[in-house]
Amino acid sequence: MENKDVVIIGGGPAGLAAALELYKKGIHDIIILERENHLGGILRQCIHDGFGLSRFGKSLSGPEYAQAFIDEIEKNHIPYLTNATVLELTNDKQIYAMTREGLKLYQAKAVVLAMGCRERSRGALGIPGERPSGVFTAGTAQAYMNLYNRMPAKEVVILGSGDIGMIMARRLTLEGAHVQAVFEIMPHPSGLPRNIIQCLEDYDIPLYLSHTVTDIHGDSRLTGVTISQVDEHLKPIPGTEKEYTCDTLILSVGLIPDNLLSTDAGVTLDPHTKGAYVDEHFQTNIPGVFAAGNVLHVHDLVDFVSLEAEALADSAASYIRDGALPPCSLPIKTGNGVGHAIPQRISGTKDFKLSLRVRSHYRDCRILLRQNGEVIATKKMKKAIPAEMIQFTVKSEAIQEHGELEVSVE
Amino acid sequence: MSENIIKKTYTCIICPNGCDIEAEIKDGEILSITGHTCPKGEAYVHQELTAPTRTIATSVLVLGGELPLASVRLTNPIPKDKIFPAMEEIKKLTLTAPVKEGTVVLEKVCGLDSDVIVTKNVQVK
Repeated sequence: MENKDVVIIGGGPAGLAAALELYKKGIHDIIILERENHLGGILRQCIHDGFGLSRFGKSLSGPEYAQAFIDEIEKNHIPYLTNATVLELTNDKQIYAMTREGLKLYQAKAVVLAMGCRERSRGALGIPGERPSGVFTAGTAQAYMNLYNRMPAKEVVILGSGDIGMIMARRLTLEGAHVQAVFEIMPHPSGLPRNIIQCLEDYDIPLYLSHTVTDIHGDSRLTGVTISQVDEHLKPIPGTEKEYTCDTLILSVGLIPDNLLSTDAGVTLDPHTKGAYVDEHFQTNIPGVFAAGNVLHVHDLVDFVSLEAEALADSAASYIRDGALPPCSLPIKTGNGVGHAIPQRISGTKDFKLSLRVRSHYRDCRILLRQNGEVIATKKMKKAIPAEMIQFTVKSEAIQEHGELEVSVE
Repeated sequence: MSENIIKKTYTCIICPNGCDIEAEIKDGEILSITGHTCPKGEAYVHQELTAPTRTIATSVLVLGGELPLASVRLTNPIPKDKIFPAMEEIKKLTLTAPVKEGTVVLEKVCGLDSDVIVTKNVQVK
């Protein structure tokens, strides 16, 4: 068994940023465990640009964004293991990992959960129909094309208007496939507005809202899908069925934080984010176990993942030095119009950054944070949409010693 | 209001804010513009109105590498109607490992003011 101050599970953007920040704070007895052959996580297959605008002030591709961090990791000789799959995390912070050198066991003082997220699949949607090949999640199609040089499609239908789905609509089109349409079950797009323009409109790919796939046809390979309109309860409307001939159905229907390891260790999850309940230190219900990035809540922008992981690392460094962190006893609840909020508990003695998503589209609205019925922080928004995470800093002076907080939109 | 004034809404694609920008346009000239939160938004609407440009990202084949592909991107946006001609030019490229991020693999693609650069290191297999 090896003892470590901090074991970081996952070498994607959250894990890399956490490792570097811990190192800067003087915590050097750390290791990153990465399941894949390379560091970088999902950024390795996100070859489009648009990353790093807020962090580096320029538009980078995913691999370049990751490499900027990896270069720093290498320069500082921060230890990492690739091809290292963590099999188990225990609630006393032991980590079992399968590596090239066999099974390894670490005892950590602190653990950083940085496993990212997974895509919702066909199984999670329960689409009826046959089970042919040719149904891929957007990320799988992206890996085929951008990592393995395999072209997975010729005639394409996309279900879900998530960002990766739209980015793959453009990618497939550039490589000669024909993308017939994107269908979204919700009455509003789930991806960023800029991607609707630069990935769909630019290539004359129509986006149909309030539509979904209601049947899948094909024997060995997909031959077509049935599309139906849905009502306000998202139920297919009989008589609106339309057949589309295609060999590929791409699913871009949401991302779910990958918390299998966390739950086995006894980490409590928030049913709204599907990530851990954390306090303002990004500490879960298990002292010394921290979570940030997409394993905590799904982000739109990697720049914010890096920032969050750095904030986590600052707290984890204090935890290593002091053996504990100040208690956080004030809960934050979600009120009208708010889907989820991070953190779910605060100390009330420190400024903190509140991250949240609204449930539907709002114009000229205000995000209100109340405590004991009194408004303690406000953010005015020209528009607030579910596709965009909202963040703002709440000052500690406004927070009272007792009483739960509630964030809502009006 | 004169008849040939067109009101048009643009979604700015320069950054993830995706500002909704309202522009009043007459004979291809912008009369008024509202909704942008930075100067880049105004420049974007001008560009969209006169000659819309985009960047693209794709991959090129690598021989003898640990990966079959190296990702590439353009250093500058190019006119929208040059996207597919540029893809054709980039498709003709083959690199030999090792390949280093930042290497220019094609200068002035299609004669435009934009180079193709590698965005991923690929080591020898």
